[in-house]
Amino acid sequence: MRASRPGMSRALVRRETIAGYLFLLPSLFFFLVFVIYPMFMCIYTSFFDSNMGKDAVDMFIGLGNYKELFQDKIFLGALKNTAIIVLVSVPTVCAFSLWVSSAIYNMKPVFTSAFRCIFYLPVVTGSVAVTVVWKWMYNNYYGIFNYLGKSVGLIDSNINWLGDPKYALWCIILILFTTSVGQPIVLYVSALGNVDQTLVEAAEVDGATKTQVFWKIKWAQIMPTTLYILIITTINSFQCFALIQLLTSGGPSHSTDTVMYYIYYTAFKLYRYGYGNAMGVVLMVIIAILSAIQYKLGQTDS
Amino acid sequence: MTTKKSALYKIIAFVLVLILALLFTFPLYWILTGSFKTQKEINSTSPAWWPSEWTMKNYENLMGKMKAPLWEVSVPFSQYFTEDGTATVVSAGPQVPGAIRWMLNTIWMAVAAMLLTCLTSALAGYALAKKRFIGRTLIFTLIVCAMALPKQVILIPLIREMSSLKLYNTISAVIYPIVGWPFGVFLIKQFAEGIPGEIIEAARIDGAGEVKTFTTVAYPMIKPGVGALAIFTFINSWNDYFMQLIMLSSTKNLTISLGIAKMQAENSTDYGLIMAGAAFAAVPIITVFLIFQKYFTKGITMGAVKG
Amino acid sequence: MKKLIALLLAALMVLSLAACGGSSAPAAEAPAAEAPAADAPAADAPAEEAPAAAATELTLWTYPIGNWGNSDTVDALMADFEAATGIKVTVEYLDYTSGDDQVNSALEGDAAPDLIMEGPERLVANWGAKGYMVDIADLWDDTDKAEVNAACVSACFTEDGACYEYPVVMTAHCMAINYDAFVEAGADQYVDLESHTWTTEQFIQAVKALYDHYGDTVAAVFCGGQGGDQGTRALVNNLYGGTFTNAEHTAYTADSEENIKALELLQGMDGISFDASIVGGDEIALFYQEVLKMAFCWNIAQQLNPNSAGTGEELTLNGQKIEFMSFPSETGESKLQGGIWGFGIFDKGDAAKIEAAKTFIKYFCDGEGTEAAVKAANYFAVRDTAEGIDLSGIWADNAIMNEYNKLMPYLGDYYQVTTNWAVARTEWWNMLQRIGTGGDVATEVATFVANANAAA
Repeated sequence: MRASRPGMSRALVRRETIAGYLFLLPSLFFFLVFVIYPMFMCIYTSFFDSNMGKDAVDMFIGLGNYKELFQDKIFLGALKNTAIIVLVSVPTVCAFSLWVSSAIYNMKPVFTSAFRCIFYLPVVTGSVAVTVVWKWMYNNYYGIFNYLGKSVGLIDSNINWLGDPKYALWCIILILFTTSVGQPIVLYVSALGNVDQTLVEAAEVDGATKTQVFWKIKWAQIMPTTLYILIITTINSFQCFALIQLLTSGGPSHSTDTVMYYIYYTAFKLYRYGYGNAMGVVLMVIIAILSAIQYKLGQTDS
Repeated sequence: MTTKKSALYKIIAFVLVLILALLFTFPLYWILTGSFKTQKEINSTSPAWWPSEWTMKNYENLMGKMKAPLWEVSVPFSQYFTEDGTATVVSAGPQVPGAIRWMLNTIWMAVAAMLLTCLTSALAGYALAKKRFIGRTLIFTLIVCAMALPKQVILIPLIREMSSLKLYNTISAVIYPIVGWPFGVFLIKQFAEGIPGEIIEAARIDGAGEVKTFTTVAYPMIKPGVGALAIFTFINSWNDYFMQLIMLSSTKNLTISLGIAKMQAENSTDYGLIMAGAAFAAVPIITVFLIFQKYFTKGITMGAVKG
Repeated sequence: MKKLIALLLAALMVLSLAACGGSSAPAAEAPAAEAPAADAPAADAPAEEAPAAAATELTLWTYPIGNWGNSDTVDALMADFEAATGIKVTVEYLDYTSGDDQVNSALEGDAAPDLIMEGPERLVANWGAKGYMVDIADLWDDTDKAEVNAACVSACFTEDGACYEYPVVMTAHCMAINYDAFVEAGADQYVDLESHTWTTEQFIQAVKALYDHYGDTVAAVFCGGQGGDQGTRALVNNLYGGTFTNAEHTAYTADSEENIKALELLQGMDGISFDASIVGGDEIALFYQEVLKMAFCWNIAQQLNPNSAGTGEELTLNGQKIEFMSFPSETGESKLQGGIWGFGIFDKGDAAKIEAAKTFIKYFCDGEGTEAAVKAANYFAVRDTAEGIDLSGIWADNAIMNEYNKLMPYLGDYYQVTTNWAVARTEWWNMLQRIGTGGDVATEVATFVANANAAA
């Protein structure tokens, strides 16, 4: 960060400040009104025993909701599931899309763009539509996974993919994966296409192997893209909701509950607003810390 | 030796990618063919890979269900003055199948959210990167912390707020939180950091005002970032099932994904109808993607990003 | 390219001016100044100036109850109503997956409809108990109370005499069997198609015969969510004569010995699986597709049009014969779970609207529109006469409806109005999931009862 230049006059500082805020104004307006204000209300309500009801009166209970929260096994389970989703899907999405992109970026343009489109399809098909098909594929009785699995001999009897706590979360992650790799592939393909060829050629002349060229030269050049992909994939993974709501409702036995889904469940199925908000606050803190770390890492890396 | 090896690798990679691509195409293939299958075939327990008998029945059902006016123009802000808090409608379009109106709603929602987000973020990101003013660090810290916040977290306060602003059950209630979400500002700020200070200084010396400097000097340099943001916002708002579910209720205000989810009777699932709805929802956006592919991918080069 | 950018930029500017300047910025300030002023009269005024103007517009939200979820049918009904009373009704259609969430968020967002159509478990036990509904006890006179089925009356009234729903149709939920499959497996000897009843022992034998023949799951205790859960509740309760709640509807009693015995039986039975990947609707589809040989989520509407597929009444996908059955119990005399549907009014503080909504209820539940309303719902009328109009012959020409009438005497206690029903319902399928994954029945029912009663 450059500090304000020594030569800057006071008038200039003032002008910069005014201009800065004018530029910020539209964005700040939406940000404050529709994000920050509800966030504060969320924190505020989390200290109350607040329930749905026309004449329901919110009762101040201090940290009561938070105390309950950390003894709530379902919440802790949901926290774990959220962590699993993020920790599994972010690296696999990044690695997979990088691999696909490096395989397709230097094919014939026709193939490149065809493949790029195909991997983007699940993203644009929309999660509700995709979910319908996946639900059929996972079907316990005649779904395609059981059908193929049995005919190839991988499994002996039908597996209840979505109905078994052992598999359900992984099924969700798989769908999330297919709907997440589209953007990263598009981004990586263009990033790889923009790698400075002179550097690559120079390295090859110096006798560097393909692998060396990739990690030493290309990887460094696509780093900004990787950072962006890491951020959007993390965000997407945290926000995974429609899949869970439409496929498993958090079940079986809360094995696919994420914190996001559990907040919704607490608020709309159990009608406990205060408690749901307390969960929201905990998640907010976790995410804020993660984002800050991610940002700092990004800063020092480049 | 190495060329042979790499050629072999290329072939293997190609085959692998091809197989994966087939898997990725499958859901869409299944939706499209399914939407033309008869009740009997779509309910069949052994997969029918190709419709043996093509039917338009599912589309007829889709178009026969739930009518809504094609458009509705209402007096701005009239909802704050009428007694029951609904806006005064001055012009309503002819009654059309709900699915068509939902499609228009969805397009409007995604486009408006995209344009507003890009505009506000471009301005704000530029200011945060290039202007020195008091409170800048604080605002930026807030933005970084709130960036990855899922909207479920603020769901209840948001519903209450939208209701007191009389925006509940309007498309705006879905758009504004998307626009307020600060990821865009963050992204553009990262891009704008790369604008050399000297260029801005030079423009200033040339007598360009703040707005002129932004449009002629800064904007062209952050353009790739704006492109990336535009696509990201468009797709995300298109798929933002959660906010739509919570904020919208009347038939005429639904989005297409909400509409499809709604087309299920109590104790039965008409898969044909759902497939038709899904196909109807997916085909336009896929077409848009295919047509604008070039711009999509050109616009979003990240090379300019400097942390 | 440059031109494109310039154009885009210009468009952005225009839009932002239109959107920010035009709608959002004042939107935030206006309510701050406006809201208190606008709200105050809205809250007090209606009570005083109520008779001034009768409301001519109403909003109605319906769940898909028979053809009440079909806009063509409903539009016709509403057109008749408008012709008769001059009141225009705008209808929105809810679904059972997200409908509750939408009503809840509308209530939270102060945008609830005037009228809602569903059963007492939502209208009375949930939204009524939370104070959102208008007490419509004044719509009932003694004749009405005598005419309407007693179980329906008691379900629609709370203990302290308030009424939050006026019922129009009812049915008994039952189960169904694929008769052709039963014959093939030699299990048809255990069912009595004359009375449509069977005993627990016969049920056990039938499942055994089916399992021996097909070697696979023949029936599923579905528990992926709350959809169709009346079926799983009725199955468990009836097997050994347990009850879901106490007679006073104040506590959940699913932990009784009878229920534990029933759940343990189901848990250990070959051919019956606890399936957390499906809900009632999926079960019906699987039954219709002949995968499952029995369905626990069934009623007359399904019998008339299995899976709503329109491929023939009483038939599966490939034309196998479907027979409806009462749930098995030790004596064969089961207590069937009732389904009651009617209308309720959301209290939005507007007396004129409430008055108009009452006109609506009177018209469709006890008046000239009743017959049409019942027919649209495809269930049985809750009364034989409405304001002198005879309703007993509505389904006289329908053999299936007539046959189904044999089950109606088994209609049991309508316990879905027990305090905090919504929470108990959610806990129920969660409990089944835990039992299905091998949880100890006694422990899990204890957890269920503790959670459900704690909420109550």
